[in-house]
Amino acid sequence: MTETLDLSLYAKPAGAGTLGMELAVEGVACGGCIARVEGAVKNLPGVKEARLNFTNRRLHVTWADGTVEPAQILEALEANGYPAHPFVPLRAEQEEAATARQLTRCMAVAGFAAMNIMLLSVSVWSGNVTDITPETRDFFHWASALIALPAAAYAGRPFFVSAWRALKSRALNMDVPISLGVILALGMSLVETANHAEHAYFDSAIMLLFFLLVGRTLDHAMRRKTRAIAGNLAALKADTARRFAGDELVSVPVAALKAGDRLLIKPGERVPADGTVLGGTSEIDESLITGETARRPVTSGAVIYAGSMNYSGALILRVTAAGGAALIDEIEKLLEKAASAKSRVMRLADRASRVYAPVVHLTAALTFAGWLLAGAPLHDAVVTAIAVLIITCPCALALAIPAVQVVASGALFRAGIILNAGETIERLAQVDTIIFDKTGTLTLPEPRVVNVASLDPDLLQKAARLASSSRHPLAVALSREAITRKPFNGAIEEPGRGVRALVDGVEARLGSAEFCGIVHPSCSESDLSRIWFAHGARAISIAIAQKLRPDAVNVIRALAARGLDLRILSGDRDEAVEPVARALGIARWQGCLKPAEKISCIETLKANGRQVLMVGDGLNDAPSLAVANVSLSPISAADVTQAHADAVFLGERLAPVVDAVVIARRAHALMKQNLWLAAIYNAIAVPVAIAGAVTPLIAALAMSGSSLLVTLNALRGRRP
Amino acid sequence: MNVLIYLVPMALGLGLAGLFAFLWALKNGQYSDVDGAALRVLSDDDVEK
Repeated sequence: MTETLDLSLYAKPAGAGTLGMELAVEGVACGGCIARVEGAVKNLPGVKEARLNFTNRRLHVTWADGTVEPAQILEALEANGYPAHPFVPLRAEQEEAATARQLTRCMAVAGFAAMNIMLLSVSVWSGNVTDITPETRDFFHWASALIALPAAAYAGRPFFVSAWRALKSRALNMDVPISLGVILALGMSLVETANHAEHAYFDSAIMLLFFLLVGRTLDHAMRRKTRAIAGNLAALKADTARRFAGDELVSVPVAALKAGDRLLIKPGERVPADGTVLGGTSEIDESLITGETARRPVTSGAVIYAGSMNYSGALILRVTAAGGAALIDEIEKLLEKAASAKSRVMRLADRASRVYAPVVHLTAALTFAGWLLAGAPLHDAVVTAIAVLIITCPCALALAIPAVQVVASGALFRAGIILNAGETIERLAQVDTIIFDKTGTLTLPEPRVVNVASLDPDLLQKAARLASSSRHPLAVALSREAITRKPFNGAIEEPGRGVRALVDGVEARLGSAEFCGIVHPSCSESDLSRIWFAHGARAISIAIAQKLRPDAVNVIRALAARGLDLRILSGDRDEAVEPVARALGIARWQGCLKPAEKISCIETLKANGRQVLMVGDGLNDAPSLAVANVSLSPISAADVTQAHADAVFLGERLAPVVDAVVIARRAHALMKQNLWLAAIYNAIAVPVAIAGAVTPLIAALAMSGSSLLVTLNALRGRRP
Repeated sequence: MNVLIYLVPMALGLGLAGLFAFLWALKNGQYSDVDGAALRVLSDDDVEK
């Protein structure tokens, strides 16, 4: 039986008989890596182009069809110390890239227009107080109009489209007053210019667009960066599966699996797709799915789910649903219900604009009516009313929240937290109750050796090195203790029993008690798995179990110190949850919970006015994550779970949970400050505008001043 | 002040040239890997040995 890797799924035609592929490359750290990675691939015959994007650690390769197998490219990279993983860019990522390009183009056009109009406007302002002739002023105003109108038509599209969409669905968003302000300012200026008037507001309108576009472009750039990192991590996680093609085994990416495929799953591998066992017996660990840490024996006919870990024997599986498409029915139903409940949360920005837009429009209307009643000519009343709209154009207001979001998501990103949605920050800030899942969230996702302190270090090192020859999950856990990962020469694995090798001329055995020749001591600890290691006459018993994340105790203490109510809701047995709760000092915990029971716990809390943050990783947590006000999951979580979490955190430590809360709280405070700053600005500027005392110069100063203030205030959120 | 008749269009023309240069650079992917460009300039694999 030979094994070949089939990656044809990822190779896409790149024109003129060539194929192209995108790879996420690991281990790229410095400038030298660029040349080494590209060189390794370019040396292969038939490769036309290899270009590494250092910013997002992605390699684009094209080659002449039929010359190189994609698997060879991966091998060449692996041999040079850069493991690479093929992937298909997500549709969302491509759409976001297109939006980002459009925004950047709009910003460039608005920036160009703002600069040139300002050049003309400053001349007019200084001319107005000295000796400009009316003809020159008209010429400058017409030149401004010539630049402003096409520029606004192009650069204003993102705002106009969004405002139109909101109006069509009978709603108001921040883009409605922006669009109205810009269009009215341009229209009025055009009429004024035609009437040889002294003031025109082309510069205000374009500058407003420019500032807002800068904010939106930055916001988008930040989101794209985190999205790219998340995409790479997904590619790194994507596994291959061994599929039977006739009698031969072919390794294929999990994404290429179809229902009906037959797969071979060796011990120590994760089950890549939901399916029915056709042959073989084994024990599987379903902790990622149910939170249950005790293993379940399976044999022919058993149904197993993607994400389970196969422990002891090889299994043959018939795929029923590829890529975990079909979940456990119960979870799927709960998820549907939970997702519909969440969309009711209102964003701070929307709340602000819902109050703001009617107030502004009413003020402008009242100004118009007031001046008419006071006996002013129609022209003056219209001009003053429009000046009110221009001066209140929510530049500062529209920047107030996105600016903080950009800065805060940058800070979160540096703390190892990747947001799925921008408004997560607002919801995180209001959290007062945190619910933790146990398995994989408070504890490390993989089991660890727990009795290191009581073992002979020399024997432990030998055992760990021997363990690195086996893929059995217990051996993998043990091999993490090894200082040198080099396996012993000539190690032989006896399936289902253990590994043996000659170490320093004496036989060493690692595995079950009988395999190591040890009389089985009569102990049956439910949460511990034991393996034995014998080297000559010396022997040790190694205990392996779920272990708390290294900083869990400190993190829980830090969270409690911030006045948060902490709880554990676990699907695992009470005996397994209790010691964890005790070690962490969490008084409120519950075990043996089904997904529906977890949800009802969260809903009871929400009904009592609590803002709940759920931290969980299992498939059984996915509905709870969707139901909670806001949710976090570790990067090791099941794919479905990650998709329903508002944010994902990286690494082994639990510290990102504290960082998330701290950064979000500060960001929320800054958002509120910014809204107040914008409100104060309006409180000063609006009376001046109503009085009819606003000139274009005052409008320009007020607008840029308030935007600058708000942006600088947002930057205070940078430090973690 | 007649000088303005051609000075203003010239200023605009220069500005437009800058704008198109930027849009061209954007379309050409000059901004797609900003960190990489900073490092590539240091490698001398284009120098004949």
